[in-house]
Amino acid sequence: MPPWQLLLIGVGSFGLALLAFVGLGLDEFIPGLLKGVVITLQITIGGSVVAVVAALLAAAAKLYGHAVIRAIASVYVELFRGTSALVQLFWLFYVLPHFGVTLEPLTVGIAALGLNVGAYGAEVVRGAILAVPKGQWEAATALNFSKSQALFKIIFPQAFVGMLPPWGNLFIELLKATALVSLITLSDLAFIAQQLNQNTLRTVEIFSLVLFLYLGLSLAITAGVRALEQRASRGLSRQRMDA
Amino acid sequence: MKTESTPMVQFDNVCKRYGELVVLDDLNLSIAKNEKVAIIGPSGSGKTTVLRMLMTLESIDDGVIYVDGEPLTHQRQSGRLVPADKRHLRQTRGQVGMVFQHFNLFGHMTAIQNCMQAPISVMGMTKPQARELALDLLSMVGLADKVDQYPAQLSGGQQQRVAIARALAMRPKVMLFDEVTSALDPELCGEVLSVIRKLGEQHDLTMLMVTHQMGFAKEFADRVCFFDQGKIAEEGPAETFFDSPQHPRTKQFLQAVMQAT
Amino acid sequence: MWDWDYAWEILPILGEASLITLQATVLGFLMALVLGLILAVLRMMGPKPVRYLVAGFIEFVRSTPLLIQIFFLYYVLPQFGIAMGAMLTGVIALGTHYGAYCSEVYRAGLEGVPKGQWEASTALNLPMSVTFRDVILPQAVPPIVPALGNYLVALFKETPLLSAIAVMELMQTAKILGSESFKYVEPITLVGLFFLCFSLVSAFLIRRFERRLNRQIRLS
Repeated sequence: MPPWQLLLIGVGSFGLALLAFVGLGLDEFIPGLLKGVVITLQITIGGSVVAVVAALLAAAAKLYGHAVIRAIASVYVELFRGTSALVQLFWLFYVLPHFGVTLEPLTVGIAALGLNVGAYGAEVVRGAILAVPKGQWEAATALNFSKSQALFKIIFPQAFVGMLPPWGNLFIELLKATALVSLITLSDLAFIAQQLNQNTLRTVEIFSLVLFLYLGLSLAITAGVRALEQRASRGLSRQRMDA
Repeated sequence: MKTESTPMVQFDNVCKRYGELVVLDDLNLSIAKNEKVAIIGPSGSGKTTVLRMLMTLESIDDGVIYVDGEPLTHQRQSGRLVPADKRHLRQTRGQVGMVFQHFNLFGHMTAIQNCMQAPISVMGMTKPQARELALDLLSMVGLADKVDQYPAQLSGGQQQRVAIARALAMRPKVMLFDEVTSALDPELCGEVLSVIRKLGEQHDLTMLMVTHQMGFAKEFADRVCFFDQGKIAEEGPAETFFDSPQHPRTKQFLQAVMQAT
Repeated sequence: MWDWDYAWEILPILGEASLITLQATVLGFLMALVLGLILAVLRMMGPKPVRYLVAGFIEFVRSTPLLIQIFFLYYVLPQFGIAMGAMLTGVIALGTHYGAYCSEVYRAGLEGVPKGQWEASTALNLPMSVTFRDVILPQAVPPIVPALGNYLVALFKETPLLSAIAVMELMQTAKILGSESFKYVEPITLVGLFFLCFSLVSAFLIRRFERRLNRQIRLS
């Protein structure tokens, strides 16, 4: 499905859900919900940035670092992949203060989820870089590129396209994981939904519609990544236009 | 001390092993400036390894390789030769260029970008300078109208010609051709071979090519080396080599090749 | 910073809670396995409207947070007269969520069975149930076991979400211990280590199984 269609369905899902709120007489809660959406988006975007940076650093460390750096990166990846996001969230929220480091819930959310997704992302980056054919490295050597020049200008741009679909899935996982921050008192969409439910007891409507709001955001993310994929692969898989 | 008679490429007692397997056995090979040498032989004979070691894609286990009088694989340190470090390799490697069997063009760049990237990143040229150089070279190989196409849009022969232009952009003294027509459909070989011929005639280039194109080698090369089991079994001037091979293995190989074509 | 005595003291309590965690994991995964297969079959072989419905359902479940789905079932089901405990609700939520993921894995496995197998079954006039049970499934499932195994591990790691509806699994227990003693470091760290160990062990076992599978495929 082309990106613009996905985006349309996503916006449609989001918009219809809001309209339904109005239709059910719940329109007074829309501002609160939208504030929740803002928090959710803040964590999603902030977490995504952290995830990408962490993944790139960890992948580079595992591929090209000295033994000690490789070990640190491996520990990071195994630790954050081996424990769940909620455990990491709670650890940063409840345990870190005991070591004298008290972070705001928003920071905890962005850091924990970002590092969590970043650990999975590191393997995606590493796999994509290793998948670039060896001949590209050899051509770069033959042209006397330095190792880092080759990595940045030749190898990584070609690895980039292959990375995008898995990263798209990871960003969606991050979006879904933001709901967990409601459990550390952050007023994200999930928290607002819980609140509304307790105030109005109109559980079915509220949770169903909130699910459609998340679906809309999900589809928007997928549309964005798909569009990026199309742009990034414009040279690589173009059909031959002449014989 | 470099003189006019200093060989452009010199292999001194070079050995290469993969574990137990000896790929190159005490190789001594001298190539003069502007000489065109064709290397032929069965697969596994070590012929591709010769090129790859000269391009520093493979390390050597014994011996020294010299380019234009200076050691390539080693560096001089207080009068002795020690294995070259990365800096030395980067300094000396630029004299050698290579064209690969499978082209290895950078898929995410257009033809002209492929040719511009190394001069900009490695030689420090400005973009306009690099662009002018790239356009010149792409015209020379007959692809002036395809400069903005991506490799995926070009035929095999066209891609290989871009690869030649790309290698030439770094102004090497020695050009290596590793079976550059083996991956091409037969009707596309001609365009690549005529570019190579043009290069040989119009430029000061020492050329070393591993090839199965015996006809081309006979007509274009100055000298032919036949490799067998890691050693040069026979070598000689191109005109006479194919007509009267001396070594039994050479005769056997050439007969088999003629039968196949 | 770290109180070994306290850690030792709470270990048995966490041990008991881990049984609840494992219970939720096993029951949830069994449901996911069954539901996943049903969804995959409906998606591949049902009438067209059913196929679209199932595809939409799967996309919906995979694109929305498990936590909200848990809340939904927890608060909504009682309104329809289905009153289950938090544990059962949690199991159903996990089973549904991961059933959607497993259905995609089953689909890949089923599509991996060569078309000729279906055709041979038709030629032998085998009824669909027999075809499915004795010809197709035995070939579809082995290659996808590692992927299913990965989802088992993922499900296990998401059981702490059930703490949000007060199921007394590991995370909830750790939080309660922490709030009672004001010592959070030991309980939560121990819970983290427990998950980590289990993850690493199961990842190792899955990889070993994968290697054995590849060897079998190459020999056959």
